[in-house]
Amino acid sequence: MAVSAARIATRRASNAVFVAFCYLVTAVALTALAAILWSLLSQGLGGIDLAVFTKSTPAPGSSGGLANAIVGSIMLCLLGMAIALIVGILAGTWLAEYAGQSRYGSTVRFLNDVLLSAPSILIGLFVYELLVAPFGGFSGFAGGVALALLAAPVITRTTEDVLKLQPTSLRESGVALGTPLWGVIRTVLWRSAGSGILTGALLAFARISGETAPLLFTALNNQFFSLDMRKPMANLPVVIFQFALSAYDDWRRLAWAGALIIAASVLAITIVARILSQEQKRS
Amino acid sequence: MNTMAPDAFDASIAPVDPATVKLDVRELDFFYGKARALKGVSIPFQANAVTALIGPSGCGKSTLLRTLNRMYALYPGQKATGRIMLDGEDILGPGVDLSMLRAKIGMVFQKPTPFPMSIHDNVAFGVKLYESLSKAEMHERVEDSLRRAALWDEVKDNLHASGLGLSGGQQQRLCVARCIAVKPEILLLDEPTSALDPISSAKLEETVTQLKADYTIVIVTHNLGQAARLSNNTGFMYLGELVEFGETAGMFTKPVTKRASDYITGRFG
Repeated sequence: MAVSAARIATRRASNAVFVAFCYLVTAVALTALAAILWSLLSQGLGGIDLAVFTKSTPAPGSSGGLANAIVGSIMLCLLGMAIALIVGILAGTWLAEYAGQSRYGSTVRFLNDVLLSAPSILIGLFVYELLVAPFGGFSGFAGGVALALLAAPVITRTTEDVLKLQPTSLRESGVALGTPLWGVIRTVLWRSAGSGILTGALLAFARISGETAPLLFTALNNQFFSLDMRKPMANLPVVIFQFALSAYDDWRRLAWAGALIIAASVLAITIVARILSQEQKRS
Repeated sequence: MNTMAPDAFDASIAPVDPATVKLDVRELDFFYGKARALKGVSIPFQANAVTALIGPSGCGKSTLLRTLNRMYALYPGQKATGRIMLDGEDILGPGVDLSMLRAKIGMVFQKPTPFPMSIHDNVAFGVKLYESLSKAEMHERVEDSLRRAALWDEVKDNLHASGLGLSGGQQQRLCVARCIAVKPEILLLDEPTSALDPISSAKLEETVTQLKADYTIVIVTHNLGQAARLSNNTGFMYLGELVEFGETAGMFTKPVTKRASDYITGRFG
């Protein structure tokens, strides 16, 4: 074989350039992330003290915390995720296992993709028309439903995708034992696709935990501590939005603290869920 | 070898004693949408014997196997016509309970398909669908099935470890154990050793030989040596038709049709 030294040199050079470019782009992306984390930590850490978790949002000038917003956010996210998990996993399963290429299936799939990329403020307005205006007021329920509408398409999509990745023979060997298809889905496929579905759920959770726009039209905000889902409900994103735009230093400090709390809890939940799914795989 | 074989398009189906037939396929046609994959196949499967299905890729042997437990029913657009008599009843007929049918007819696939659960739960999986056994009875069933599948000694101390952690050959024997735990009458094996190394293949063949006494076994294989070693009867298929059927010993030493002769001697396929 006649080896051309020039060709090899060119190949090596182009490889080096490409790898260097990859490094550069990765560095740019990571720098942005690091900058965000840095500003969150440097500005938010100072604002975090016990009062943040025990006291409710204050009037300007007085002392207070974010307790009402933290609890409100947890309740809204829990409601949103509960609805979205049920709807998303069932819809994704239907799309993957039963819908096939039927016209109804394709339509649902298309609409889900549209919903996936719908601006969240539209979802907020939609739920406002559906659950706020007719029932005479903002409420925690409306907020939870708005968040569910944002989370469900993500879960639907990932559930469908990971179920389709499961080998046909796994499905068939369940069926070959005499299990009806839905039984195989429930006992074998969901389990085998579990970590993928979990990833979808985490993505959805990360998305809704910081959403502000849909909550402005639905749960709004509540200056006081409240567990009543029928009433307006405080939540971190809206509080951050309101406090960050204010002229008061103590409000702005609380806004930074709130932003840090959201970022830290999404991170913590992601890590815990990953560890749990790893352990489940090993057992 | 058999250079005096008759015309290529001849078929030769040796008759068997009807009293020994467990599963009788008669005039079976199969369609993937409009494509006809099986053309008037009639083949008897004898009880407590191994029947091997051989033939070049795409000849319809796996399709035939998948009609025997109506696996194709999962997919709209696939249909079978004709009759498949199991103990005198047509399993293609209306009103057949597919779950009960598949409990009677177990299947092992080309690639091992352990479920994402413990070895014990894998074997117990099918049993739980049909029987309510006590813990001790279930354990006994699991042990018995694993013994028959020649896997017990390798896993007895790790029954609660995941089935996914086993080697490929062990996984395949786990699938055999899971299948026989349900106490089926018929075993369908779809190229069960094609994804296994020679040693694992040999172990699985040993397992099949031992199971022969209690089950009616149908095995699809591309490994002619395996068909010759394991089976009592062999069916040779070509382009969706059963070209030759008879006792394995006879088929491999003195095939009647030219196509079977060419395939067995390696002249095509």
